[in-house]
Amino acid sequence: MARALINVPQKATRGQVIEIKTLISHIMETGFRHDNVGKPIPRNIITGFVARYNGEEIFRADLFPAIAANPFVSFHTVATESGTIDFEWTGDNGFHETGSAKITVES
Amino acid sequence: MGKAKRAHHLTSTWARRALRAFAHPTLLLLALCNFALATEIPLDQRRSGYEDLGRDTKAMQDDDTANPATFGVLDGEAIWNSKVGSANKSCADCHGDAAQSMKGVAARYPAFDAREGRPVDLEQRINLERRDRQGAPPLKYESHELLALTVYLGRQSRGMPIAEATDPRLAPFIAQGRALFEQRQGQINMSCAQCHDDSWGKKLAGNVVPQAHPTGYPIYRLEWQGLGSLQRRLRNCIVGMRAEGYEFGAPDYVALELFLMQRARGMTIETPGVRP
Repeated sequence: MARALINVPQKATRGQVIEIKTLISHIMETGFRHDNVGKPIPRNIITGFVARYNGEEIFRADLFPAIAANPFVSFHTVATESGTIDFEWTGDNGFHETGSAKITVES
Repeated sequence: MGKAKRAHHLTSTWARRALRAFAHPTLLLLALCNFALATEIPLDQRRSGYEDLGRDTKAMQDDDTANPATFGVLDGEAIWNSKVGSANKSCADCHGDAAQSMKGVAARYPAFDAREGRPVDLEQRINLERRDRQGAPPLKYESHELLALTVYLGRQSRGMPIAEATDPRLAPFIAQGRALFEQRQGQINMSCAQCHDDSWGKKLAGNVVPQAHPTGYPIYRLEWQGLGSLQRRLRNCIVGMRAEGYEFGAPDYVALELFLMQRARGMTIETPGVRP
């Protein structure tokens, strides 16, 4: 079952600003809803997202119930060296998902 | 005092003016003919609901890696390739690569099924194939599995024009769909045509009324925070009219789907669409 979609440019030149886009499949249940007999539906959200470039943290986000289902997070970073960009999502009920993408940086 | 003089005495100036206005030929004609006011949108003026989207929603639809419906497409591909049922067969075992064999299929559905003796939509076709070829139980309407399969199949027709129905057996069902589209219904007592043929482009509760062409179904609807079928969207509208909705899979829905697809014939499939 597909969980995360990652969009990182395959190639970049050193010093170039690149855009990274991520999309993760998650219900993001706010905890404020009730079912049809009035019972509250418990909160079930992603609470944290981290991106690391060759092991070094380049982006971090805390997520709250206001974020809609299937959170889309995009950010810019500077392409410094070839390697791997790793992504990690953590959330309620022990939710833990990872993804990664390789990037080739030319001078 | 004569009868006429007494009548004049009873009628107020306001009422007299109103009666005179109503006797005006054009207004009288409009009042008599309001059931026939709905006029079909000229073919070259048709536009997809995509055109009414905000910039960010359009960006969501345009980028497969930002469109949450892509998860459904990927799940649908996995289901396509997995063996099920007493026959232990996958869709791929008979149909091969969907990107080849299913190209154009969603663009010509609903299609006539000779055994059923009526048109069936893509969801029903999938369940018929599961029953007859795979020996598998039907997938429930609006289940993630059925939505994933239909969005996967719909995706294979992206960019193609909706096919014109040339099968003569479909004609009475298209007519049935048209009648459903034009009939007033519910407590609100309005027809689909009154909004979507006559008032498209105008606003309802702050939202632009679209022309209602099913070019992107199944869609990822922001309101649902998930995928949904055309029938689910139709049910939303029918409930909005405070009318009694049909059961999912009802022949009425299929006739309406068929009519809507023909009303949109020639327009480009954009499945999976994103809508607000």
